[in-house]
Formats: sequence, structure tokens, C-alpha cells
Amino acid sequence: MANVNIKINNREYSVPAGISILEAARLAGVEIPTLCYLKEVNEIGACRICVVEVKGARSLVAACVFPVAEGMEVQTNSPKVIASRKTTLELLLSTHKKECLSCVRSGNCELQKLCKDYGIEDAHRFDGFRPKYEIDASASHMYRDDEKCILCRRCVAVCNKNQAVGVIGANDRGIDTHIASPYEMPLNSTSCVSCGQCITACPTGALSERDDTQKVFDAINDPEKFVVVQTAPATRVGLGEEFGYPMGSIVTGKMVAALRRLGFDKVFDTNFSADLTIMEEATEFLQRFTKKENLPLITSCSPGWIKFCEFYYPEMIPHLSSCKSPMGMFGATAKTYYADKMGIAPEKIFSVAIMPCTAKKFEAERHDHSAIKGIPDIDAVLTTRELARMIKKQGILFNALPDEEYDAPFGLGSGAGTIFGATGGVMEAALRTAYETLTGESLNDENINFTDVRGTQGIKEATYNIAGNEVRVAVASGLANAKKVLDMVKSGEKTYDFIEIMACPGGCVNGGGQPIQPASVRNNVDIRAERAAGLYRDDIGLPVRKSHENPDIKQIYKEFYGEPGSHKAHECLHTGYTVRKKY
Amino acid sequence: MKSVEELLAIKNKVKGQMNVRSENGEDNIRVLVGMATCGIAAGARPVLNALVEEVAKRNLSNVYIAQTGCIGVCQYEPIVEIVEPGKEKVTYCKMTPEKAIRVVTDHIVNGKPVAEYTIGAVAK
Amino acid sequence: MYRAHVLVCGGTGCTSSHSPEIIDALNEELKAKGLENEVQVVRTGCFGLCSNGPIMIVYPEGCFYSQVKVEDVPEIVEEHLLKGRIVKRLLYSETLTQEEIKPLNQTNFYKKQRRVALRNCGVIDPENIEEYIAVDGYQALAKCLTELTPEDVIKIVSDSGLRGRGGGGFPTGRKWSFTAANKADQKYVVCNADEGDPGAFMDRSVLEGDPHCIIEAMAICGYATGATEGYVYVRAEYPIAVKRLEKAIEDAKAYGLLGKNIFDSGFDFDLHVRLGAGAFVCGEETALMTSIEGNRGEPRPRPPYPAVSGLFAKPTTENNVETFANIPQIVLNGPEFFNTIGTETSKGTKVFALGGKINNTGLVEIPMGTTLREIVEDIGGGIPNGRKFKAAQTGGPSGGCIPEKFLDTPMDYDSLLKIGAMVGSGGLIIMDDTSCMVDIAKFFLKFTVDESCGKCTPCRVGTRRLLEILEKITDGKGTMEDLDTMEALCYYIKDNSLCGLGQTAPNPVLSSYRHFKEEYIAHVRDKKCPAGVCKNLVQITIDPEKCKGCSACSRKCPVGAISGKIKEPFVIDQSKCIKCGVCIETCRFDAISRK
Repeated sequence: MANVNIKINNREYSVPAGISILEAARLAGVEIPTLCYLKEVNEIGACRICVVEVKGARSLVAACVFPVAEGMEVQTNSPKVIASRKTTLELLLSTHKKECLSCVRSGNCELQKLCKDYGIEDAHRFDGFRPKYEIDASASHMYRDDEKCILCRRCVAVCNKNQAVGVIGANDRGIDTHIASPYEMPLNSTSCVSCGQCITACPTGALSERDDTQKVFDAINDPEKFVVVQTAPATRVGLGEEFGYPMGSIVTGKMVAALRRLGFDKVFDTNFSADLTIMEEATEFLQRFTKKENLPLITSCSPGWIKFCEFYYPEMIPHLSSCKSPMGMFGATAKTYYADKMGIAPEKIFSVAIMPCTAKKFEAERHDHSAIKGIPDIDAVLTTRELARMIKKQGILFNALPDEEYDAPFGLGSGAGTIFGATGGVMEAALRTAYETLTGESLNDENINFTDVRGTQGIKEATYNIAGNEVRVAVASGLANAKKVLDMVKSGEKTYDFIEIMACPGGCVNGGGQPIQPASVRNNVDIRAERAAGLYRDDIGLPVRKSHENPDIKQIYKEFYGEPGSHKAHECLHTGYTVRKKY
Repeated sequence: MKSVEELLAIKNKVKGQMNVRSENGEDNIRVLVGMATCGIAAGARPVLNALVEEVAKRNLSNVYIAQTGCIGVCQYEPIVEIVEPGKEKVTYCKMTPEKAIRVVTDHIVNGKPVAEYTIGAVAK
Repeated sequence: MYRAHVLVCGGTGCTSSHSPEIIDALNEELKAKGLENEVQVVRTGCFGLCSNGPIMIVYPEGCFYSQVKVEDVPEIVEEHLLKGRIVKRLLYSETLTQEEIKPLNQTNFYKKQRRVALRNCGVIDPENIEEYIAVDGYQALAKCLTELTPEDVIKIVSDSGLRGRGGGGFPTGRKWSFTAANKADQKYVVCNADEGDPGAFMDRSVLEGDPHCIIEAMAICGYATGATEGYVYVRAEYPIAVKRLEKAIEDAKAYGLLGKNIFDSGFDFDLHVRLGAGAFVCGEETALMTSIEGNRGEPRPRPPYPAVSGLFAKPTTENNVETFANIPQIVLNGPEFFNTIGTETSKGTKVFALGGKINNTGLVEIPMGTTLREIVEDIGGGIPNGRKFKAAQTGGPSGGCIPEKFLDTPMDYDSLLKIGAMVGSGGLIIMDDTSCMVDIAKFFLKFTVDESCGKCTPCRVGTRRLLEILEKITDGKGTMEDLDTMEALCYYIKDNSLCGLGQTAPNPVLSSYRHFKEEYIAHVRDKKCPAGVCKNLVQITIDPEKCKGCSACSRKCPVGAISGKIKEPFVIDQSKCIKCGVCIETCRFDAISRK
């Protein structure tokens, strides 16, 4: 599109026509504050913090949604603008539960930062009627405190637009407006899929993960418990952000060191069980593919996706892989094989999972298919954020830690396991194994990268010719994209053999349990791409890049599971699903 | 509706029936029918109805038919008065529906009062 | 063929005062007297003079009977319809002069009015499409489709000078031309019938009294702008309007005036009705469209404007009922018919809903530029009980007040804006000297606070805080600093709100503060409410000189605050008094007063 000439703060610029004043200002090196704006997700001009003066306009305009036009003259910092923004902040504060000292988001709160930037002297200036709400702690993965909500509706937008779930919205009106489910239902009574995308979209402490850190501290402090921990692929590329590392940094070694210092008895890697998942799932795929049965096979690693399928596409359940997620496979293996090997009673093992995900908290509570009846595979799930909180609480100087190695026997994961954290990673890992199994040939450094299924776009498709077979695959991340793919499959518009679905846009790197980046970052940096790049670098650097070549995997099949898809494997590593009613 | 003619046909059909609702204009011809007990007893109602029908049939939008009370000469009922702007009132008496139709055609339409029905002629 | 027509108002006002029962009784009585084939009973829309309802007009005499009761029906049939003797006691007093019955259009209430938008209200049976056709209905549409190009139609509307009657006053022709200029596979016409200003009901009256004119106008708009589908968004609280509109649409379809290939011109137009759930904000055009789309009725930022991306993200023309009601007349009679009425920049007529402290409450349609004084003193018949005019509120909760010194202001868009008021949708509430302007501002603000959709911060929180300041002031706890904060907050809300609701919400406060500042200061500095309205600032006292000790007030007092001995002066216990004023009304000796 052509450029237009505009003036921002009396300086002339030529900017692309049609972009917003906000974007134009950024090109001009001027930051306009925002609260409700999330690029391409929530462009509603509601909070009014981004107002600017446009010459000739009747009133101030919202820079986030107002397009530039030829000859436009914008003032982003006039006294009127500054005074207006200040009043907006003061008004927001007047309905805000100002418990900043005890708030989980203190220090990482967009409202708090703006108040500081704008020098709010009296946080109580407009105090008056403030509606009171109960905290909704009904769901297994999160809390909602509407008294901290500033009604930016970013959560509503991601739930509706990105995730096609839409279980929250604005209820009531005027000052009583609040975010809730229809008919004020508690969240756990709705078809919420627990993905936690709303939490990472929230600028304040209104939405937060259920905090399970105390439960884990208690287990660590219990001399009777043998506490083992596993760390999911995406946590190693997320955790660093909590400690000032640039986005995409891999901090595996320091994370392991920190976990040891927190007092975990053994520190293991979910990458190992990701490899185990590939062994089982690739086998399952090859079986179904050969028999042309229940195709497409759809991955089952993402618990948000599983819940979505159970609520919204129950007719697709037969297509789901029966494999437990890597977390679940690890939990099952720890309480059977490992307990046996170490001579520890399974009920004494307390199994903790560090996950980039809030839905994993829900997954851990699905006890119906645990490896040992009556004993959960996983005892506690902590998000990446909660782990950071524990590290900070215990005074561990993360940045000063040495890099340490995982414990044996589940300490070794392949590159295929590590890329599970990015959208397309599970597909690529499975393809690496399926290719070699079907062709009997070995992939080299050249052709091991299945780049067609990489990248942050919501839907990716590819067709591979493997040993004379055409394998049609699709990868979707973000449930709205998943919905599109499923609808196309259902209508017959598309035919696939294998589909990878991740609930969160971009996959686990952008999971609902990952460190929260403010909108000012999210609007300008693709955090999905940055974090995924870290994982792909990690993959290249690892000695083993294919799941079936992981020596620990070979060992465990030899010692315990026999072969992929064996009876034993089915008992421990596979699961089943339930049809769920929406309301 | 496929043509404007269709629309106008409906308009013309219904408009005549609605003329009665117009406010009295200056140039309206007023037709007053005596409808007191004496008038009714003498057969004023069929006269009134005949007038109404005839006026409607001819789509005379400036003619306004109204009832009035007893004008004091009960022996000449049914009585019909025609009041035209700027002209002297004409009073017809001992009216019948047939006479009424003639009054409409001759007097109202063609401007020629029917002398033999007027009170002057009848009273002689 | 009927020799007499009895028109009975079937508008909402008269319906609630039993006009349907009157119609039933009329039909029964006519049948009993054998007159059912001579006299036609017609249920019409609103006549406008609502304070005198139920209203009945008997033609050909044109007798205007007011406040008719069911019990009056036998007399009307026996005397008037059978014997031709007008029932004088039921005539609207103004039409009854010594020598003759005055035609209705010669009465004060009607003679300064000019009915364009309301021309068929009270004249035709709104449920009979043929009666609408008989009064030239659908001829404008026929003319457009058979003689005019879409550009011609837009030019006629532009030349007429018609401006939006919903509040904004945007030139209608220009609005249409914007939509016409945008190419799209689908365009829409939307009629805003979500009339929400307290006291305003002209849109309801048009829909109830003349629904076909809206259908015709929307089809014309569709032809001019290239739209083939329309939506009427009407409040669910208007059941009669909804029913008649739906019947009208059904009939129009049956007569081929809606649907495919109208007048064999190749033009298709279809119309749907959507009911609003009563949110005031849904009168805002983008919120209205969001609501039609099935979402929570909240405004969206503009641009994009509806002409580019409106309903279902398609180019859309949205006009309110009264605006549309003018269209067939303009098209049929030419732009001169319209632009010769009114003032330089405000053409045509405007309907006002006259209410408050005024003798003739009701609906009046006047040429733009008629002065407020003419409306109040002539049409409205002045202030009841001989009290003094204090101010008029125009534009409802979005508008402002007009003080006495501006009584001669012409009622048009620009003159009203100049003095801090607005035409708005046409609510016109008259206040006398017993009204407290701070209290009035608080009343209107409370309305917007309740109706704020809660989307943007300034409106959601700001208006509430503004209301809290006003409450503080009327409670006698305000400070001079509060007045400054109040004013600053008003300007902040106007400048920062997302939509028109918020942007205009402070107007009642700002305009009353501008014209009645001393009244605000009296509340703050002197802790007095000069009009004696704000309960916490007034005391009701008994003048011992005048009190006869009759005890009537004490017996009526709902909280037992008045005590005394018979034949000695009574006293009010201020700690118990709730200032309801019942004692003042009760006292026959004028001994109790509010100060």
C-alpha cells in the first residue's frame, strides 16, 4: 500500500497507509501506552489509555484502532493527552483491588507499570463504589479475581478468537460489568479447556494459575516422600525470561541445578518420555496407516486440545492417539519401572512435573488410566512461572548457578524430544522415526529437518513420500485453527493421515504456563517464533536427534516395556477419553 | 406489485372511501341530512345512505355529508340541505333515496338545483 | 360504503387508557343499533395530544372527543352516530366555541404544527395497507423504481436538506451517498427504532401509526444505496409497534411491495425485524449493528464507518425512524417541499415529545426554527398551576438544558448547539421553578450510568464517579473543589469515551452548570437547595402562626414525625422527617413549607 505523510509530535513522517496511529508512532520511535490492545486479537479501543490528539478530531482518538490518513497531525504527549491518560489510570485504580504487595503479578503488572510511568500520586483519588466479587477458584488450573480486572477483555478475545472456546465474556453493564461465564457459572462447570491462554493475556493479577508451589514444598519437606521432578521441553526455553535472559535462551543446565537446590531427590527430563511417546505413537500410526483405520491419527500430547476434542468434537475421539502425553508416560514409568528398580514403594514417590501448561494441572487429575490403580501418575504440576517463583522464594541465584546434568535413567532426551515444545515438533519427531522405520534408511543432517511443518503459522500442511507411501500431514496450533482443520476433515474437504494439534498458538513454547510477556512485547515480537528458535537450536546441538536412537529408550524397552505397543506399554503408557457435555 | 397502475387502482378504490375523514375545507359542499327522531321516522336513514353511496360512487372528494338535528319543519322530513360556499342554502324536503340520487347528479355535479324538490316547491 | 368514520387512537398511550375496550364497545353498540354497515371504526396511530387520551375523532364532522371512557360509548352512538347530535361534553375543550365546533387544526395545539413525519398518524388504519396506499403510499417507491436512478434519489434527498433525526443531525443524503459509493456483494439498510431517551416516543408513534412509510423509505434507501436487505431494530418494549410493523411487512410482501422484482424493475428488497432487549446503548449505530449480529450490544470504534464496514462487516446505511418517515414525502413532492420548511441549516420539521411541567403533554411536529417559547406557551399551553418556566431539557440524557433567557431560541440543530443543548432525538422536558437543576442533572446522569455498556473506562467508571460527586453535592457534603473536579471529569468523559453515549453523558451536568452555576454553589457553599428538592438540604417546618392545630398533617405523616396538641401549633421532628411532603399537600392553612 502507498505511504501517507503525517506529523507526529510536529515531526514529519511517511508511513504506510492504513496502519494505526499506534503502529505509525512506533515507526517514528514513539511509544504510545496500551492496555486493552493485543495486536490482531483484541483491537477494540476500549481502555482509552492510548488516546492521542488528532488535529480536527472532535474528541481524543484511540491510537490503537485509528488509522493514519494523509496530512494527519497527531500529538501523542500533549498536556491534554497526558492528563487524560492519568485520569483513566486513576479511574481504573478506583475499581481495582489494590493489593499490589501480595499480588502474584506485582512487578509484572501492566497497570502497575503505567501508574509508575505516569506518576500517579494518589491511587485513591477517585475511590468510590467498587463492585465486589468472589474469586472463582473452581477450575483445577486457575483463579479469576474480577476485583483486579480492568476489563481490557484480552482474555475474552483470546478465548473466543484464538481458541474458539468462548466460555468467558462480559456480564452485566456499567460499573457492574465483569468478566464471567454465562449465567455466572463457575469455570469448572463450563466447557473451558484449561489452556490458560487467558492468563498469559491478562495485564494484571485478575487471572492466575492455581498455585501448587506449597504442595510441592510440603512434599519436599516430607522425609517420607521421594520427590522426583520432570521438566517439559518448552520450560527450558521459557524459564530464562523470568531471570532476565533474552527470549529464546536455553537454560536447561541452570534449571536442573536449581531444581536440585530446591531439594528434589531426582531431576529428570520430559524429553526422555517425549521420545517414549514417539516410540508408541509412531508405532500406533504405522499400524493404523497400514490398516487404514481411524485415520487421520491425531496427537494427544496437549491436554487443552484433548479437553477441547472431548467437549467440542467427541465424534473425533476415535482419531485421537491413545498415547498418554509425555508427562503422563513419565509419571507412569516413574511409579512402575523406576519404583521397582529403586526399591521404593510407588505410593512414596511424589512425582512433580514442571510444565509450560496450565491444562497439565487438569490432566494430572484424570486418574482413570493411571498405571497403578489408585495411585496418580503425577502428584503435582507446576507451571514454568511457579517454578520461577519457588526459585526466587528460596533465594537461589539462578543466573549464578552452574549448568548441571539430569539424573539417570530418565535424563537423556533426543533432539526430537526437545522440539515437542514447538508447533510441528511432535510431527517432525514422529516423521523422523516413521521414516527410518518404513524405509530402513537413516536420515542425515541434511534431510532430518522436516521444515514444512515448522513455523508459527496456525495451520501447516505437507505430503511426504515415505517408502512409496504418500503420507499427508497437517499441523494446527491454537484451537481456532484446530477447529478449522477438523471441520475440513469432517466435511471431506481435506484428507490427512496424521494431524498434530496443540492447544496453544505456536505450541507449548507459548503455553498458558509460560512466563508472561506484557502486551508491549507481544505486540512487537513474535514470542512463539523466538522461543521455538531456541528449541530448534537445542535440537541441532544434541548428540541424539531421533527418539528411537535414544539409548535410555532402548534400555527401557529392553528391561521393561518389551516393544512399542506391547501389552505392558498399553497398561502404562496408553489412556482413554470421555465425551464431555458442554453445559 | 408489478406496475404503478396496479398501485393507483388500489389508491383510487380506497381513497373515495376515506374522503369522509378530511378536515372541512373552505370550498367543500356540505350536505346535511336531518336525523332527529322526526327525520328518522320519516325515512331519513335510507336517504342518507343513498347520498353517501352516490357521492362515493362519483368520487366527489369535496362533498361532505353530515347529519344534523331537527330544523323545525317536521312535516317536511326527510330534509336535506345543500350548503355551497358563496351560495344560498338549498333545502330539499320529503326526500327519498331516488330523489337524493337526482340531487347529487343534477345539483352537486352539474350545479343545477332540482327546483321541484325544494321546500319552496313542495310547500306550495 | 360508510357514511361516518370513527377514528380511535390505538397508540401506546391511549391503549393503556383502555382504547381497545372503547373500540370493542363501539362495535358492539353500532351492531346493536344496526349501524355496523354505516359507520366504520378505525384504530389509528397516535394523534399526539396524549394528555387528553383516549382520543376519538368522528368524521365527517371532525369532532374531537377527548378522555373518552367506555361508559361514554352508548351516548356517542345514540346521540352522535344515530341522531347526529354532537356530544358536546366530550369535545376537547379547545374545539368547543360558543357558536360552532372548531376544526382540530385550528386549535393551539395543532395550528402551529406541520405534520410531515407524522402525517398519517391518527389518519389511517396502520394495519391496513390499502389505506396507506390511498394516501399516496408506495408511490414514492414506485417513482424511484420506474423513473429515477439511484443517483437521482440521493440527489433529491441531499437537496431536501434532511438531516438525521436520531440525534447526530448528519445530512442524510450524504450518508446515503457514502454507502452507495462502496462496492460490495451485499449491503444493508438498518432502521434504528431503538428509541431510548426517557420521554421520547416519536419513533414508536410512527411505527404504530404509519409502519408502511418506514418500509417504503427503507426500500427507497436500499434502491439508492444498492442494498437489498434491511433490518428494523426495534425495542421489545414496543409490542404494539412490533406487531404492526410485522403485519405491515407481511402485507407489503403479499402485495409485492417487498421481495423480488418490485414494480417489475429488477429491484429486490427484503426486510427483517430484530428486537432489542432495552439497552440504551443499542441506539448507538455500531452497538445496534453488533446487537443485530447476535453479540452483546456494545459500540465499536469508528473508523471503519458503517458505510464501509457496518452490519456483518458490509456497507450499511443506518437511519432512525423519524428520518425515514420523511423520505417518501420528500421523494414524492420533491426536495423543495421539504427545504422550504425550516431554517437555513435545519430543513423540514422535527417531532418533539413534550413532557414535564406543561399543560399539553404529547407529540408535536413543528417546522425547524419554531421558538421554544411558541412550543411552551402556544402549543404546550403553558405551565400548569400558573408556575414559572425555569428550563427545558432537550435531547434527553445526551442533551442540555435551555434556561428562560433562551426561550426565544429557534429549535434547530445549530441554535441549540450554540447554547449547549441539542435537538437530540426530540425529547423536550419542561421544568418549572419547583425543579432543582442539580437534581435534574443527577437524574439524567443516573440514567446514563445505568445504561453504560461498560466497555470503555471513561464511561464505565467516569460517569459513575461523576454521579457520586453530584450525590455528594445534593447531600450537602460537596466542596468547591468538588465542583472543579466535576467539571474536569465532564470534559474528560466527553473527550475520552468510545461512543456517543459516553461522549454526551456529561452534557446535562455541563449545561446546567453553565446556566445555573449559582444553584450548584448554593448547594455547596450555603448547603441549600433553592428549589427545595434535595431532601438532605431542606427542612419542612410548620409555621406556628398559621397552624390551627387540626392534626391532619400528623395523621397523614407516614413516619410519625409530626406531633402536637389539638388546637395548638404542631411541630415536625426533623430527625424522623423523610421530607416526603405529604404534610404540605395535606395542610389546608398553608402553614407547612419546605425551605
